[in-house]
Amino acid sequence: MAELGPLLEVVLGGLMSGVLYALVALGFVLIFKASGVFNFAQGAMVLFAALSLVRLAEWLPFPLAFLLTIVIMIAVAWAIERLVLRPLVGQHGLILFMATIGVTFFLDGFGQTIWGSNVYQLDLGIPASPWFLLESLFPGGILVSPIDVFAAAIAGALVLALSIFFHSTKIGRALRAVADDHQAAQSVGIPLNRIWLIVWSTAGIVALVAGMAWGSKLGVQFSLSLIALKALPVLILGGLTSIPGAIVGGLIVGAGEKLAEFYIGPSIGGGIEYWFAYVLALAVLLVRPQGLFGEKIIERV
Amino acid sequence: MIYRETGQFRTSYAEDQAIFRLRQDKIGIAVILAIAWIGIPFFADEYLLRAILVPFLILAIAAIGLNLLLGYCGQISLGTGAFMAIGAYAAYNLALRLPALPLLLDFLLAGLIAAAVGVVFGLPSLRIKGLYLAVATLAAQFFADWAFLRLPWFTNYTPSGSVTAPPLDFFGWVADTPREKYFVCLAFACLTALLAKNLVRSRIGRSWMAIRDMDIAAEIIGIRPMTAKLSAFAVSSFVAGGAGVLWAFVHLGSWEPLAFSIDMSFRLLFMVIIGGMGSILGSFLGAAFITVLPIFLNQAPGLVGIQLSTAMVSHLEFMIFGSLIVLFLIWEPHGLARLWQIGKEKMRLWPFPY
Repeated sequence: MAELGPLLEVVLGGLMSGVLYALVALGFVLIFKASGVFNFAQGAMVLFAALSLVRLAEWLPFPLAFLLTIVIMIAVAWAIERLVLRPLVGQHGLILFMATIGVTFFLDGFGQTIWGSNVYQLDLGIPASPWFLLESLFPGGILVSPIDVFAAAIAGALVLALSIFFHSTKIGRALRAVADDHQAAQSVGIPLNRIWLIVWSTAGIVALVAGMAWGSKLGVQFSLSLIALKALPVLILGGLTSIPGAIVGGLIVGAGEKLAEFYIGPSIGGGIEYWFAYVLALAVLLVRPQGLFGEKIIERV
Repeated sequence: MIYRETGQFRTSYAEDQAIFRLRQDKIGIAVILAIAWIGIPFFADEYLLRAILVPFLILAIAAIGLNLLLGYCGQISLGTGAFMAIGAYAAYNLALRLPALPLLLDFLLAGLIAAAVGVVFGLPSLRIKGLYLAVATLAAQFFADWAFLRLPWFTNYTPSGSVTAPPLDFFGWVADTPREKYFVCLAFACLTALLAKNLVRSRIGRSWMAIRDMDIAAEIIGIRPMTAKLSAFAVSSFVAGGAGVLWAFVHLGSWEPLAFSIDMSFRLLFMVIIGGMGSILGSFLGAAFITVLPIFLNQAPGLVGIQLSTAMVSHLEFMIFGSLIVLFLIWEPHGLARLWQIGKEKMRLWPFPY
């Protein structure tokens, strides 16, 4: 049995990175809930948002750059809704999924064409040096990165805001109605197109937040786009339609992969983080095909 | 006019079941085969053979593999690259550890190993569908990437992780010039296309299509979903594994795990979408398109006098691939193969359309 201190440090670090995964997964859930589209482009949107913010902040004051990036993300959402989703409305989910793969490639290329493809540093004014907690309890204390704590706080606030938005506003109720049944919602007078625009814009803003968190951790670069691949198992684990599921899934994956790396990684060659989340998600799928918190999948003939 | 079937009567079942039933089709395929087997090797230079035709043929085989699964059985796979890698490393290890086996048998066994792994990763398809399955196949991709990078046994403990294929010795005939390698790939491509074409017209292929169109209805009319789905995974992985062996042994020569990364899987998916889901011809068209487009993008701006940086070209490539995928899905979900079919319909009536 390893010492409690390092163990706690590993778990805490894992939970923190889990929150970051959850931030990306949240964007997927929002869109899937409201439009039934599995948006593979969420990772590309994270990259695009982060790139826009970083490059705009180079010659604008930060708050202005932030606002302008939000406008850009809404424009992107509008373009995707108008040019890709509307012509494909009513198509099979798989077709929509493949279309979003196309969008991913386009956004990756487009973002790097207009904003450049170097590694950019995003400085949010958070101290980079790690904090040491509980030094009185363990020798050396526990190492925690302030960026992770900041990201966790933001993620918490975002989830809170989103649940209030979904449950107590008129638009939120409309969103839930659309998620339940597109046709019924349309027949009681909910404008589907506007709702989808709102959802995609929200997902764009979530992508911006995720991009800020990841960007300040890793630097803004192309590999940000690949974290979508990290968020997929989180999503499957938590269930495609559940916001709390995304968070819990993120925490499980984050802590689980760090623990697995810590305990069994060294004996089989390390780098286990690369696939652990996927195998975990696969195991869960075999027992619960809808994920931990997802709605039961009902097939109608 | 050109493509009119008037006057061609099919008087026996054998004629009715032929792959190419029209005289024009028979002539067309004979001409294409003659060009491929006689014309191209005679006239093409080494660069064309090595850098374009060999990769094109191998990727076409891999695309047929994915098309059998995605286009005919409706099961999405983002892990085709993984199955290619499994085939490549299986053949490498077989050739290394059992030198007595002839190379062709190595290839066959490597394909079978890839098929077995494909069945294992296809098992979740019995419980889960569509998007969830896409994630399950991604698991195969990441696991294979990791295994060939981190488990040194597979790469025979080479320090750099890159391995070199043995010479291509087919029962004493060694293929080492680009022309000979081209013939090897062409033979395999023709064989695969023929087998795949016949497979999808057979009972098993029809059961795949029934599952694709509506799995519950297929189950009710007596198709076993387990047999159909798993056989699709097995055949698809077998073909992909074989393509992986060719890619590694014939095209690359020596390679590292990154050669079969997720980029390869996406590239193959694009070939199937652009070429045409559910079409063997489409696999060839898609492979040709995706192989030639980057080369064209590299050359074309220079020809019209615009200088683009390499980064710019690769970004452009991303953007063009992305938009093409979306455009094809919106306008022609059955891809280039369907465009060709429409063209044939037009030629049938031309020049006197109603």
